[in-house]
Amino acid sequence: MTAFLRDTPGTPASKVAKVCVIAVLVLAYSGVCVLALTGTTANWATVWSYRATFWNGWLATMGISLAALAGSLLIGGLAALARRSDFLPLRYSAIAYIESVRGLPLVVLVLFGFYGVANAIGWHDRVAVGILVLSLFSGAYIAEMIRAGIDSVGRSQWDSADAIGLSPWQTYCYVVLPQVARQILPPLAGQFSSLIKDSSLLYIIGIHELTFAASQVNSATYSTFESFVPLGVCYLFLTLPISLWSKHLESRLRYET
Amino acid sequence: MKIELANVSRSFGCHRVLNNVTATLEFPHTLAWIGPSGGGKSTLLRLLASLDVPDSGEIRCNGQVLPREAEARRLQRTRVGIVFQAFNLFPHLSALENTILPLQHVHGVPRAESLERAAAILRRFQLESHSHKKPAALSGGQRQRVAIARSLVTSPDLLLMDEPTSALDPEMTAEVLDVVAELRQSGAPIVLVTHEMGFARRSADLVAFVAGGGIGESGPAETFFEFPQTDICRRFLGRVLKY
Ligand SMILES: Nc1ncnc2c1ncn2[C@@H]1O[C@H](COP(=O)(O)OP(=O)(O)OP(=O)(O)O)[C@@H](O)[C@H]1O
Ligand SMILES: [Mg+2]
Repeated sequence: MTAFLRDTPGTPASKVAKVCVIAVLVLAYSGVCVLALTGTTANWATVWSYRATFWNGWLATMGISLAALAGSLLIGGLAALARRSDFLPLRYSAIAYIESVRGLPLVVLVLFGFYGVANAIGWHDRVAVGILVLSLFSGAYIAEMIRAGIDSVGRSQWDSADAIGLSPWQTYCYVVLPQVARQILPPLAGQFSSLIKDSSLLYIIGIHELTFAASQVNSATYSTFESFVPLGVCYLFLTLPISLWSKHLESRLRYET
Repeated sequence: MKIELANVSRSFGCHRVLNNVTATLEFPHTLAWIGPSGGGKSTLLRLLASLDVPDSGEIRCNGQVLPREAEARRLQRTRVGIVFQAFNLFPHLSALENTILPLQHVHGVPRAESLERAAAILRRFQLESHSHKKPAALSGGQRQRVAIARSLVTSPDLLLMDEPTSALDPEMTAEVLDVVAELRQSGAPIVLVTHEMGFARRSADLVAFVAGGGIGESGPAETFFEFPQTDICRRFLGRVLKY
């Protein structure tokens, strides 16, 4: 019986075993949940009436994450190029940006960016500041991904591009970026999933995203459990598919090379 | 074809790879460079290809001085074909797309015509059944033949090859050398760095020995191998022709 449940490189478990185990586990864990919940006076009906709040929060989280993804791609791409520049002031500025952002917790950046900088210069658009801070934060990580991607394009590729007479700009366009894009798509998908999760921190500066919505529902209904379970489900609904997709891209890349 | 080198020097750090090379090499079609590893063959070929510039001195091809400035060198490179030892092709593009790239984006040939010309040259090298494969799906010999096709598709004035077969097994080497030999009939002059002495002897018009920071000696293929002039060349040939 235990042999049936084991999955080792030498003797991999059968498909049947995997499906059975998943089915039994799902049943068991939901059973535990049902048992735990039947005793409580769950307040699902009240929370359900706040579904519009959740929905708006979910949309805001999606919108902020997508905007920050676009912003961080732009910032990350520019920072990666600056990081490789032969012009020292540009290169050192890029290094300073990348390393300092990667060395700071996001909360610190959010608080400092909003209260320290944006408020000081009289910029009170929370959502815009939030997106910018997230983009700057994630841009530093994406810059390193892009840099690693560019470094992985071998010397011979640059030589061949030179040999056929491509200009430096064309070399990036037709030779380097297509190869970098395939290389960094899996980690980039992972980064998007991180952005979705990290955007929850923006609730501390009062942006009405998903986590903010859940805590609002919580304080209005006094039902913590019923407010935060949907919150978790909403995040998983976004991050799980992306994580699976990223894994799929990764394995495809492995087979291709 | 006439290549003139006047006091050409090139150093990497404190290592002087080419030391005041002065030579005139005139040949109808094929020039082969041979010599010991580290002797500066690739360095010299990169200078001739305008991929690199000499620290001092100048190089003339058919009387024309090779430029030093970056954009002028790029333009010069669009007129020569260059094939390296390996990894010439772009891995994300099919054989056909690899061949189209210089035509369409460097020479500004319209897409449809580029496609036609690329397909024609791949057909000429019996590669049409492989034209939609990525480099990873091609054999080493096929990859080098596609690389040669790509370097020729733009009708260059000169074809430069740096050991195009030294990463291949003997059978694939023969397959690629057949193509090179065939280029004699039609097409641009060739400068070839090679370790294949048999090929240099049979197919080259002129053979030059590159070692010790310069061109040791040069001569027509028949006499070069029969009567090497210098001791160092005689010793080199003795070593490489031993087996
Ligand atoms: N970009 C470079 N940077 C530093 N040193 C270099 C560079 N290119 C070549 N060299 C050095 O110059 C010397 C000559 O190299 P080169 O590649 O021209 O020799 P070669 O005759 O082509 O040898 P092989 O038959 O091994 O290809 C070598 O010692 C090499 O280490
Ligand atoms: Mg070499």
